[in-house]
Amino acid sequence: MTLFFVVTLNGLTLAALYFLAASGFSLIFGLMRTVNMAHGALLLLGGYIGWSVADATGLWALGVFAGGLGAAFAGALVQIGVLGWMQGDELRQTLASIAISIILADLMLWIWGGTTYQVRTPDWLSGGMRIEILGIGYAKVRLYLMAFALVVGVALWLFIQKTRIGAVIRAGVDDQDMLRALGYPINRIFVLVFAMGGMLAGMAGVIAGSALSIAPGTDLQFLLSSLVVVIVGGMGSVGGAALGALLIGLAEQYGLAYAPTYAAVVTFVIMVVVLAVRPQGLLGQAEA
Amino acid sequence: MRYLIVLIPALLLPFVLTDFWLAQVLTRSLILGIIALSLSFLATYLGVVSFAQASLAGVAGYAIAYFGPNTVGIGVPLPFIVKLPLALLLAMIAGALIGFVARRSRGIYAIMITLAIGVAFFYFTRQNYVLFNGFTGFSGVLPPALGDRSWGDPRPLYYLSLGVAIICVAMVQGFVRSPLGLAVQAVRDAPGRLLALGIPTTFPIIAAFAFSGLIAGSGGILNAWFQERVSSFSVGFGPIIDILIISVIGGLRHPTGAFVGAIVYVILDIFAIDLIDRDRFNLLIGIVLLAIVVAAPNGLQQLAIDWVGALRKRAAKTPAN
Amino acid sequence: MKNLKIAVSALALSAAAVPASADDIKIGVISILEGAFAALGQDGIRGVEMAIADAGGSVAGKDVELIVVSSDASPDSAVAAARRLIEQDGVQVIVGPLSGSEGLALRDLSRSYPEVTIINGSSGAQDTTLRDPSENFYRFGGDGAQWMAGVGTYAHDTLGYEKVAIVAEDYSFPYTQVLGFMSEFCAAGGTVPEKFWTPIGNADYSSVVYSIPQDVDAIFVALGGSDAVSFLTQYQQAGFNTPIIGGSITIDQTVLSSDASFRDMLLGAPAGTPTVSDFDSPEWTAFSAAYAEAYPDGLGAPSIFAHHYYMGGHAAMLALEEVGGDLSDGGAAFRAVLDDLEFVQPTGGIMRLDENRNGIVDNFVIEVFEREDGSLGTRAIEVVKDVNQTLGQDLETFLAAGPVSRDNPSCP
Repeated sequence: MTLFFVVTLNGLTLAALYFLAASGFSLIFGLMRTVNMAHGALLLLGGYIGWSVADATGLWALGVFAGGLGAAFAGALVQIGVLGWMQGDELRQTLASIAISIILADLMLWIWGGTTYQVRTPDWLSGGMRIEILGIGYAKVRLYLMAFALVVGVALWLFIQKTRIGAVIRAGVDDQDMLRALGYPINRIFVLVFAMGGMLAGMAGVIAGSALSIAPGTDLQFLLSSLVVVIVGGMGSVGGAALGALLIGLAEQYGLAYAPTYAAVVTFVIMVVVLAVRPQGLLGQAEA
Repeated sequence: MRYLIVLIPALLLPFVLTDFWLAQVLTRSLILGIIALSLSFLATYLGVVSFAQASLAGVAGYAIAYFGPNTVGIGVPLPFIVKLPLALLLAMIAGALIGFVARRSRGIYAIMITLAIGVAFFYFTRQNYVLFNGFTGFSGVLPPALGDRSWGDPRPLYYLSLGVAIICVAMVQGFVRSPLGLAVQAVRDAPGRLLALGIPTTFPIIAAFAFSGLIAGSGGILNAWFQERVSSFSVGFGPIIDILIISVIGGLRHPTGAFVGAIVYVILDIFAIDLIDRDRFNLLIGIVLLAIVVAAPNGLQQLAIDWVGALRKRAAKTPAN
Repeated sequence: MKNLKIAVSALALSAAAVPASADDIKIGVISILEGAFAALGQDGIRGVEMAIADAGGSVAGKDVELIVVSSDASPDSAVAAARRLIEQDGVQVIVGPLSGSEGLALRDLSRSYPEVTIINGSSGAQDTTLRDPSENFYRFGGDGAQWMAGVGTYAHDTLGYEKVAIVAEDYSFPYTQVLGFMSEFCAAGGTVPEKFWTPIGNADYSSVVYSIPQDVDAIFVALGGSDAVSFLTQYQQAGFNTPIIGGSITIDQTVLSSDASFRDMLLGAPAGTPTVSDFDSPEWTAFSAAYAEAYPDGLGAPSIFAHHYYMGGHAAMLALEEVGGDLSDGGAAFRAVLDDLEFVQPTGGIMRLDENRNGIVDNFVIEVFEREDGSLGTRAIEVVKDVNQTLGQDLETFLAAGPVSRDNPSCP
């Protein structure tokens, strides 16, 4: 029984990480209908930058901030330099972002090499703490991870629901053309959204590098998990990303604990089932 | 007449080229082109971009390995005359299943669901040892003998692939003119109207996917024979993306663009490492890809056609001036 | 660093521009230069380059040209790389590949090219040479089971472990490593109550961590690269302190230098490997120094990959010298020399082959220790001499146990 609770806790903490990683992807996907296949690369880039900064300064929080900023900058650059030119042509954007992810992955391999990195956490985040009820030790960083995801989730929700720019973004999710017709600088909004998506990805990368580890290949892993989370939850909604992350995080951990052989398959089967029954995802709105 | 311009050189090439160019460049391009053709077909006529075509090819490849000679001691050997149609049938069934699952998805959602199916299939083959022999997969998957030689030798395999490619292109052209093919295009253009007329859209979608399974499966069998193996690596994320890249750089407007895309891709894949520092060849591949996507929105084939058109126009104008 | 790269690529370009003279000897190298294994693959290349440099870059008066092609860990890519080297570049000697499935694929391919000799890089699958070997595929090195020789006995007899759980990636190389460990450990009377096979590339092991039975004396971990780092971190974070026994690529320089929080837990952990980072035999000291001098930005010490690619390249150079660089007989004389070749390994032992052309190796039981500068290294506790592919057992008995799998061997 203890195992069940621990695995559930693991699922929740993994879900928190998946949510952080997927929220930026969901935002971009939802507003711009862009399947940003370079999202994983942005995440890894943020992770590497965060590691370098944290390693040089010894300040973990600064690392998270720098990772987010670096990835935000890269994201904005991708939108301005490439994807913005093919707005509306989803397939071409998908392909261009694949090309970008290949380029980024190779550049990162060049700069940071193929070693596995772990972002060193400050003392209050390091090591384990006892959870007396379950009689086990548990990694502190994973518990804080949940809190962090919660904060980011609420902040994102407030931003989208309660601010003016959020209202514009929401309007964009529903009707791009109308927004354009009303004279909003939609291209600038797109760049902003891309930067925000990159920032969320970059911070998630640093946090993934603290709780787990980062190495070449991490990009693909989180790209796939983000895809699944967003698809299952429904695109463009914070709640959808959260629900999707929960479902996938839990499924993955239960799978790993009780049926390790097919653990990796389970996630994708869930996605196929959800999509077959509800093509727009659990909390997504039906397409026009 | 137009086809002869391509066909005659294609038939003569084996007498000019080395085995390497014939097998590693041309035959491989033809095989990848056939698989990509199945994607271009779906994209062009059903309006759905499917990421699961490498998996469909894999289904047929695995079937040929499982029911044929291999060196891993797994499977039930069947006579050639049985296993070939069986492998194609399985690929078609797999295609139909994917079509059924994705029947209500369009646009990006169709991309996602097919990608999920493809990746799930990959993980499944990697973990299952009874049917797929896990990580390592099947080796020693040899094509049938051709007299005292093998269909796997460079020239026979090239002609075989060329033949299959031609048949597949012809089948696509036949299919899209058939009543079923017209229904498929109607689903692409106006699914609502079709439903209003009382024609269900599910069957044409499933049929189109099954048909694409047949084409991808043909490519998959050739690929298994060409590589003499099939494994989890043949259906992984890499091949899935490769097929998409090939289709799109070739151009989705006309299905035969897949073959143009394939040859560009294969040459880039093989020789990029010679053109640049050996550690950085992926950078070159990425940049070239990006350049193609940016410069040729409708694919390389269309770009070439446009250029030829422009040249002709200029040629026609010159004497008048 | 960057300047060096540019200089190298300029050299590569000029080499491409000037057609190599017909007298040059071309050696093809297949390694993984992309994705998760890129760091390992690059170190493999360093190894071959060192072997060529040792001989002054030429053999029997002919210049040696290396043609490097990358694979991506998949058998298909290794086969494509080899075909390219053989058919396009006309090489007759290939050193490579890096990983197990690739090795099996090239063994199969070698049958179609009897005039080409493939000398294994670092791939460690058992069946590459054990079952159905190929006449022109050589492995100057061991397989994954040989690399664990000595560890099972050490764990049981010296450390007194009776019960060990296993966490390993779910594919052929870890199966082979587990076999190497268990064949000794079980024979010595130990038991392995449970094995956890995790998918390769898994990042979150937390649920596996808590599933490991509490009453085991140690955990044998056969994970590589980032998988190892992730598992060890999470195990340590969960507050467990059951001792670790490492596989050959788990306790490896790439993992030890990852600057992670589990380092204290690893101190003193034993592992099996043919390559010790801090080994004070004169041969290894010289090899290590040459490596550090040639590649100041390389790893802290030559890895298992540099070591094995070096041996492959070294064997090729020795045999080429012996035949005067002449491969015009389809390499028959070259292979005859290889069959009986003996040379001093970088670790000091004598490398030679069995009748299946697989190396008879010296293997090390090592432990993790902290160097004076605070970094982690490995040092030898014990050398197991002359480990053959059947781990000292009779060939018939060994083969009769069947190929390795998730459930074979077993001693619950």
